[in-house]
Formats: sequence, C-alpha cells, structure tokens
Amino acid sequence: MTLNNSTGDVTGRIIPDRMRSSFARVLRSWETILIVVAILIFVTNSFLSPYFLNAWNLSDATFNFTEKALIAFAMAMLIIAGEIDLSVASIIALASTAMGLAMTAGAGVPVIVLTGIVTGLVCGVVNGALVAGLGLPSIVVTIGTMSLFRGLAFIILGDQAFNGYPKDLAFFGQGYVWWVISFELVLFAICAVIYWALLHRTTFGRAVYAIGNNATAAQFSGIRVDRVRFLLFLLTGLMSGIAAVCLTSRLGSTRPSIATGWELEIVTMVVLGGVSILGGSGSIPGVVLAAVIMGLVTFGFGLLNVPGIVMSIFLGLLLITVIALPRLLQRK
Amino acid sequence: MGILKKALATAAVATALMVNAAAAENVKIAIVVKALGIGFFEAAAKGAEEAAAELGDVEIIYTGPTDTTAEGQIEVVNSLIAQGVNAIAISANDKDALVPTLQKAMERGITVISWDSGVAPEGRQMHLNPSSNALIGNTIIKLAADNMPDGGEVAILSASATATNQNIWIEEAKKVLPNYPGITLVDVVYGDDLADKSYREAQGLIAKYPNLKAIIAPTTVGILAASQAVADAGLIGKVNVTGLGLPSEMAGAVESGATVSFAIWNPIDLGYAATMISYNLIKGNATAAPDAEISMGRMGSVKLDAMNEGAMSDPFTYDASNIADFKSIF
Repeated sequence: MTLNNSTGDVTGRIIPDRMRSSFARVLRSWETILIVVAILIFVTNSFLSPYFLNAWNLSDATFNFTEKALIAFAMAMLIIAGEIDLSVASIIALASTAMGLAMTAGAGVPVIVLTGIVTGLVCGVVNGALVAGLGLPSIVVTIGTMSLFRGLAFIILGDQAFNGYPKDLAFFGQGYVWWVISFELVLFAICAVIYWALLHRTTFGRAVYAIGNNATAAQFSGIRVDRVRFLLFLLTGLMSGIAAVCLTSRLGSTRPSIATGWELEIVTMVVLGGVSILGGSGSIPGVVLAAVIMGLVTFGFGLLNVPGIVMSIFLGLLLITVIALPRLLQRK
Repeated sequence: MGILKKALATAAVATALMVNAAAAENVKIAIVVKALGIGFFEAAAKGAEEAAAELGDVEIIYTGPTDTTAEGQIEVVNSLIAQGVNAIAISANDKDALVPTLQKAMERGITVISWDSGVAPEGRQMHLNPSSNALIGNTIIKLAADNMPDGGEVAILSASATATNQNIWIEEAKKVLPNYPGITLVDVVYGDDLADKSYREAQGLIAKYPNLKAIIAPTTVGILAASQAVADAGLIGKVNVTGLGLPSEMAGAVESGATVSFAIWNPIDLGYAATMISYNLIKGNATAAPDAEISMGRMGSVKLDAMNEGAMSDPFTYDASNIADFKSIF
C-alpha cells in the first residue's frame, strides 16, 4: 500500500500528519476532548441505569456501532482526501442481496461471504471509476449510485426477503470469539489498527492528507492523485461489503431496505471523530472514539427508554458542541 | 487503579441490589412498536396502560425506533434485554430480521410475543392477529345487514381483483351470506384502491342497481370514495356505505350519514390484549402452544392455531357514538 514517489528524494517535502506536540496541545486536541466526553457519558450512564455496568449488556451495546464503524474508517480517509461516498448504505443493500442470490443458488458459507465482499468491491470500482476516472464530483456520483445500488436490490427482491441463510453464517454477526468479545468487536479492533497504520504510518496515508489539503499541489509533487482517489473508493466499497456480511449475518435475512439511512450516521461518526468535512485533517483514533461515544449514547438512552428522537437531538447537540469547542478554545 | 477497582466493585454491588429490588416489585412488559409518534400505536399503548392498571403489578415500557426500520427495533430490543424486562410484545418492522435478536431475548428468559405485524414463528412464542379472515368477512356483511331490516340488494366495491386480503375476505363474506336471509349480493367491482376509479365504480353501481341498499367496501380507499359518491348523488339515507375504514378519514362520512357504521381493528383493544397475554404467559397461567386458550381479560380469550397464532376479536365497529373519540387517534 505504499505509493512510490517518482521525484526520488522526498526529505523535507513530506507533509506531517500532525504537528509537533506540546503538552498543552495534546490537552486541547480533539481526541482528548472525545476521551473526556466518552468518560463522562460512561460515568453518567453507570449512575443513571443499574443495568449499564454489565459485561453482557456492554457487549450487546457494541453491536450498535461496530458495522458502521468499519465503514467509517474508510470513509474517514476518503473525507480527509476531500471526497465523500454517500452510497455506502446502498452498497450494503446490494451486497446483502447478492449474498442472498448466492445462498439461493446453493453456495456455501465461504462463497456467500466472498460474494458480499466482492460485490462491495465492485461497487467501489464503479464509484472510483466515475470519480477518479471521469473526474466527476464525488458527492454527485455517489448520490446517483446511492439510488442505483439500492434500486437494483429493490428490483431483485421487490417486497420479498431472503432468509434461511446457513447456520454457520451467523458467526460473523452473532458469534463470540471469547466470552463477551464478539467477532464484530474483534474485527472492529483489527480494522482500527490496520487503518491507523495505513493513514498515519504509510506514504499512502500522507498522500491522502496531501490531496485533501491541496490536490493540485499534491499532483505536482508527484502523487498520483487519481490513483489514490480510486483506491479510497475501493476501500469504502470493500468495507461496505464486509459490513454487509456482518449485518446480514446479524439479521439472518436480507431485505432491500436494509441499513437505510446509515450513510448519514457514518458521516456523522467521522465528523464527530474530528475529521474535517473540508478534507485535510483528522485521525483514526478520533473516529474510534466517536464510534464508541455514539454506541454508548444510543445504548445508555435505550436503557432509560428515552425515545429515539431525543437521542437524535442529543447526538446533534453533541456534534455541534464537539465541533464548536476547539474553535471557542482557540479564540481565548 | 485501586480507586477505579473500588468504584467498579461498589457500582457492581449497587447494581445487584437495585436489580433485586426491581425484581420484587413489578412485572415489566415492553410494548415495542414500528415507530414512535404513530397514532395507531399511541392508542395501543393506551390500551396497554389500561391493562396494567387492571392488573396492578405491571409496569409498561412503551418504546420503538424513530423510523420504521428493523435495525432500529433491534437496538431497542437489545436495550430491553439488558434491562431484564419480563416480556417483549412487538409489532415488527421485519418478519425475519428480528428473529435472531428475539431468540436471544427468549434464551435469556424473556417472554416474546408479536402482535399486529408478526414475527416468523421461530422468533416468538405466539402471534396475536387483530382479527381473522372469517371474522372480517362476517363483520362486513353484518354491518350492512344491521341497517337493512327488510333485506335487499348489496354490492361490494373491492381493491384490485388480485388483492389477496380483500379476495379472502370477500370469499368469507360469501360463505356467511346464507345466514342473512333477504340479503342478496348483486355485484363485485374493483376500484384498484385508487380514489378516482373507486369513485367511478361506486357511481356505476348506483346507476346500474336502482334498488341498491348498501355498498360494502373492505378497503379504506374504497369506502371513502363510495361514501363520497353516495353523498354527491344525494342518496344519503337510501344507500348505506360500509366496510373497513379509518376513523380519521371516515369521520365526515359518518357525520353526513352516508356511512352509518364501519369497522376496523381497535388499537386500544389490541394493546390491552397483548399486555394481558404477556402477563399470563409470564405468570405461567398459560403456555403458548397449539390449541392453547389464553385469557385476554375483558377481551375474552384467544385460541392458538398450529402456528401459535390467534385472532383477538371481530373488527371493532365505529359509528356516530364513538367516531369523535377515535378520529384523532388513527
């Protein structure tokens, strides 16, 4: 995943993905704010509900965010590069439908899983080709493919549903690796590490920041901008395919309306995680924290039987607060 | 680290204490609906509260997602499992997708039933239908017959010719027709659940059968269009429109007299019955098995079929005496 820089000597030209750190800066960083918010929510929840501090309950709560977070990692890189993919939830629908078709054709679990992942990749290729190949704006392209992919799922399924997936498929969305640690949680952790390394420790990751800050300058510094963009769309497609496998397994069935509205929740997760919607900055640890925060809030409010609409209002306020806070601190 | 451990231990003890205290108190029954903010379900919650008040030791948790998605309902059910509710009574957004989560709930000792909109058999202990095809078929004929003491001609205005539900109801209605002497069914026409086509079909019936006494429309679109056609033709009091309709839409027709009475399930009764059944299953007063009869308080009892499904009652009749109360509900 490294990108060869054809200009040869690049010393001094690398754009740092974070500034030299001082203690005060660390204190004021987005991640610190998020950690404080997460701890506050955790403690508040523990006091408000007697059911919160229970290993199984907390484990159940992780299912609220793991699948969305898988896509959020790839989405974070895409948004840092100044692009966006609004078709991710529709890719889930199409990939899940493809899994259903594979199941109907009599395929076994490995083939069903592969079908889901490959369908995700293919959708990513379509998005990538339209954006990077034809140079179309990603927001327009993916609004289009958002309707296209889900539309295909609707044509195939209509008001029907695929069910009767093989029992072994349930592991991906309902299985536990060890005690309360679910497969999805492990996958979430592994992907977090992979994406952290990819974004913060490779030249590819630096290229992503460079493109997001100034694509033209990046192009002139020898970064193959369109190739990076294409690969990023491939990654969101791939992650949507993987999320489709998990979600289909968790639901044990496929309907064309599966994962409706997830694209906005995923973008919210990314922005809450400190990724600038204008591109150029953000981090994977921030996204991880945002995912955990959203999961804790949803679950905590659920335990108190707070109506969902109040939850949406709270998440909206949280988003605005967390975004406004650093700016307010800077003004001081 | 020491402080953290201590805090956690204290919290754990507190948790244990609170859980025990709660268990000694009330039976917690969760009414999970397709989405919050829908009049039909708010009315069902009212019925559930009524049942809770009657039973005394029941706490109702009325909840549901913001929009009608299966994923949203799964999050809600997960939080109910975590709270250790005694029963979950759900009107499902997806018959299949909720099965794994509801199975988990049952594994943890929670009574799970579905009502209104069902869950596949493996994901619930029983399903409560608001009514049955036979009861609906009988009710629509009875509503017409009640206002025709001397008998006469009736016609049916249905949805489309291929509409499964309507066709079954019409079949059932034809079966009970011999029980209503003097009533003759002269025609069945189809308005395709389109307001304008239903209106024209109703006009056609009025023109074709001058002695027509009643139009029966077992569809909410058809009944509304037919009552409009009758009113426009100035035949109020001569031709009665009845069938299945929504109180909010039919209030005007009942007021004008074009429709004397019509029927649809009563959400209040449905919420009440679901709560009563859940309570009886929790308390072990009944088990959900084929042929079992489970008491529903003032609604009588429900008899389960081979698929553990049961019908609550005849559709509820709405007329001038109660339409004002229900028109704001759904």
